[in-house]
Amino acid sequence: MTLTELANPTRFLALVARLMPWLTAATALLLIAGLYQTFAVAPDDYQQGATVKIMFLHVPFAWLAMFGWAIMSISALGTLVWRHPLADVSAKAAAPIGAAFTFLCLVTGALWGRPMWGTYWEWDARLTSVLILFLMYLGVMALWRAVEDPSRAARAAAVFTLVGAINLPIIKFSVDWWNTLHQPASVLRLGGPTIHMSILAPLMVMALAFSLMFVTLHLAAMRNEILRRRIRTLHLMQAAAPRAG
Amino acid sequence: MTALAALIQRELRIALRVGGGALIGVLFFLTVVVLMPFAIGPDLALLKRIGPAILWLGAMLASLLTLDRLFTADHDDGSLDIIAMSRMPLEITCAAKAFAHWLASGLPLIVATPILGLMLNLDPAATTAVALTLLIGTPALTFTGMIGAALAVTLRRGGLLLSVLVLPLSIPILIFGVAASNAAVVGPTPFGTPFTILAALTLTSLVVGPFAAAASLRQGLD
Repeated sequence: MTLTELANPTRFLALVARLMPWLTAATALLLIAGLYQTFAVAPDDYQQGATVKIMFLHVPFAWLAMFGWAIMSISALGTLVWRHPLADVSAKAAAPIGAAFTFLCLVTGALWGRPMWGTYWEWDARLTSVLILFLMYLGVMALWRAVEDPSRAARAAAVFTLVGAINLPIIKFSVDWWNTLHQPASVLRLGGPTIHMSILAPLMVMALAFSLMFVTLHLAAMRNEILRRRIRTLHLMQAAAPRAG
Repeated sequence: MTALAALIQRELRIALRVGGGALIGVLFFLTVVVLMPFAIGPDLALLKRIGPAILWLGAMLASLLTLDRLFTADHDDGSLDIIAMSRMPLEITCAAKAFAHWLASGLPLIVATPILGLMLNLDPAATTAVALTLLIGTPALTFTGMIGAALAVTLRRGGLLLSVLVLPLSIPILIFGVAASNAAVVGPTPFGTPFTILAALTLTSLVVGPFAAAASLRQGLD
């Protein structure tokens, strides 16, 4: 099934209905496995003790915060370049989910920072750039709500999303470009990860679990958005139709 | 080329005439900076230390305040549609409008900086540094702000949304503008490092701004 065929919302909804149980089950299983590994298998850090467990949540949240904006950027290209009808829906559905993951990333980071750095918040480059990402998520959601016609809102949001995508490499490389309190990259770096396998394996499972959760929520939100638009069209038709009798 | 010059001339003339409101930005800048000592207290040593930050915040808010003038008035009276239909590429039109807007509302802020610097107890070197960073940095504020202005032009109640969209994008400009000014006042980092990054931000916004604004205008106007 190609992307062009999926432009038909009915086909897309059928595909989502087929995929959804599998995705939900896979997410639940991986999440259970990941949480078990996190709390029962992975060793405590010799310095940080049990607080290192926050990392297994914080790092996937941070990745997905950026993943969400990346999805929105690709969808924005789909909206502006190919005028793909699903791209609008995808961009709109991804915004609140991405915002939620960004918020969770900031909260878990603050809770981890308190015992480790002695402060909930530090104005360093990595934290600030993620905070800007969060504000941009809220801005793009406000933009979606400001325009009534969904296809016009989509194009306005797409331009803003693409401009905001400049922030993604800044977040990724902020720990290399500036001397930050936040530690430098230790998983996705040239020369391989610097984390021991006993920590890296549960982290990967958790990352996969939350990525699947993102995809599941995203598809569900897209389905809801399509249904919402159908209801809107029905309302408009009803309002436009002359009253019988 | 004459069309470009004519457009810039038109924008400047409208901005500077009665109802143009270019100088209201300077007045707002002055008011914001004067308000700060009332809020913080007339502690001259403290004002000297945070003076660059106050000036930058004031300039940023003043340029944000005047941003909705960039397209809204032209959209309301229909001239934006006519300008968009001309043979000049919309990107160049946007760049010209932003340039004229900066000349009319950004440059006066920089001219006012030395006087406000005196009121904030900044020494001449610090005032020069702030004025220089503002001179390099305010075009970036205008050109990134233009993207938000172009997005908000067709919306009702676009003004509030404009600030929500533009302020996050202008945080890096604020950071490096204030960092460069502070480097000149207190050190210890050299002035050049944040200043070159600020210049890079400005150059990037000069390229990205017109294209993004033109794209969103095209979407919004049809």
